[in-house]
Amino acid sequence: MAAGAVRERRSPMRVRAARAILPVYTAFVVAYLFLPILVMAIFGFNDIKGRFNFTWQGFTLEHWLNVFNRYPALNDALRNSLLIALVATVVATILGTLVGLALTRYEFRGRGPINLLIFLPIATPEIVLGASLLALFVSLGIARDIVTILIAHIMFNISYVVVTVRARLAGFDRALEEAAMDLGADEWTTFRKVTFPLIFPGIMAAGLLAFALSIDDFVITQFTAGSTLTFPLWVYGASRIGVPPQVNVMGTMIFAIALVGILGWILLQRRELTATPAPSDR
Amino acid sequence: MSAWFRRHKGLVPYLFLLPGGFWLTLFFIIPLLAMASVSLQEGTLGGGFTMTFNLGIFPEAVLRWDDQLVRSLQYGLIVTVLTMLIGYPMAYTIAFRGGRYKTILLLLVIMPFFTSFIIRTISWKFILADQGFVLGTLKDLGLLDQGFRLLATPVAVISGITYNFLPFVVLPLYVALEKIDYRLIEAANDLYASRLHAFLRVTLPLSIPGVFAASLLSFIPAVGDYINADLLGSRNETMIGNVIQRLYLTNNDYPQASALGLILMVGILVSVFLYTRILRGQELTV
Repeated sequence: MAAGAVRERRSPMRVRAARAILPVYTAFVVAYLFLPILVMAIFGFNDIKGRFNFTWQGFTLEHWLNVFNRYPALNDALRNSLLIALVATVVATILGTLVGLALTRYEFRGRGPINLLIFLPIATPEIVLGASLLALFVSLGIARDIVTILIAHIMFNISYVVVTVRARLAGFDRALEEAAMDLGADEWTTFRKVTFPLIFPGIMAAGLLAFALSIDDFVITQFTAGSTLTFPLWVYGASRIGVPPQVNVMGTMIFAIALVGILGWILLQRRELTATPAPSDR
Repeated sequence: MSAWFRRHKGLVPYLFLLPGGFWLTLFFIIPLLAMASVSLQEGTLGGGFTMTFNLGIFPEAVLRWDDQLVRSLQYGLIVTVLTMLIGYPMAYTIAFRGGRYKTILLLLVIMPFFTSFIIRTISWKFILADQGFVLGTLKDLGLLDQGFRLLATPVAVISGITYNFLPFVVLPLYVALEKIDYRLIEAANDLYASRLHAFLRVTLPLSIPGVFAASLLSFIPAVGDYINADLLGSRNETMIGNVIQRLYLTNNDYPQASALGLILMVGILVSVFLYTRILRGQELTV
């Protein structure tokens, strides 16, 4: 009887231990994903003596204070990156959303080839996308600068926008639009008052994705940039001679801004959820 | 305007498709054709290139860069298996055990993207450095041989690529697992299937669409990657991407580079096609 009692007490513990394996494992993977980012942030505070930022030599806020003063070319590169990401996001989101609308809401001939045209850029390695654009620009004798980078960024973002918007539109209830039309709204009013608000979160998500992909892109940019520098290109060039800690600081800043944005977005959503009164309240 | 729309309703989808389709044709399809055309030309940057229909360039390129081609395929396959092994349990945990932390966990998976991947890779170079704070400390403690190194080895390159593309695997796996009706798994348990059996016979087969998407999202960029080999590897780990990049941007050998780009593209399309055949029933949509 004593043995039975012991076994009864032990088995839930063993079950609990077994149930902890997956969460603990997941925590480890998350730590692995964040390790290089943590290292980046920490070494932005490193009081380096020479050019190499490889070993910890003491704490300083110097690089945070002079982050935009030391390397004018780095500032220009960062500005280029932001400008390219912004313009590419706006254009690609508009073009991609239109394609997404056509694919989910209309019957038409030629759906297969269009689907393929959207899918192929995602299934093509970045280096081929970049290299083929370079081949085109070289063949036509087009000089490479910020415009060619923009052309490339819009191109690779369109497909991602289509995929994201289409996922959102898939669960769309057409009856809502029909109801609006029955109540006398014309197509444009229906789109403005019913369709657009409903798909707006999907468009926002697509835009955010496009912005993130664009600002981070290295491979396609390297092939289409010519002598223009973006933030990743500058950092890559600097990595041969030692990346200055100002890069760590800028990286940390971008990360922090994104983090604040995400947290704000989550809080906003929570608020909206609680602000909508439950049916039982009425 | 709306009267015009009503009369030509059939045209509306084409109007919507026009700008995006135009852009993709002009800057995706035509460049591929341009690359194919350049690969068949001969010449130099200074003297100009002329079309000679030099088909021999393809076997030449394959024979000349066979090491890099084989290595890219090898690394791509290893990375795909590794990301899947690391990512599947994580996606499973988020989907079935995430509870109210689901959104936060998913955000944690995506958040590394907010740091440029160049910076993250340089960060790894730094973590793995011979005398860096990890290996250097272990060596000082006598736990590792002084000559031990990770940088400039295949291990560094493969783990770098694995790190870079892990989030791409977790997300589609999560989406597929999340869709599974948990009652099916409970039914298997009720019918006395062991946990392992229920997983192998119910969960895993139902998650195959996710496995398919995830493995492509890992394999395709991994095969074409050159940043990790560049920053974390040595001359002995160069991949086909490194060769294409050097031929295009340093040597200006556009025909050879274009031929290799085309070989890479066709190679990947053929692998994807065969893979689709193996996992039959999978549609080629993302």
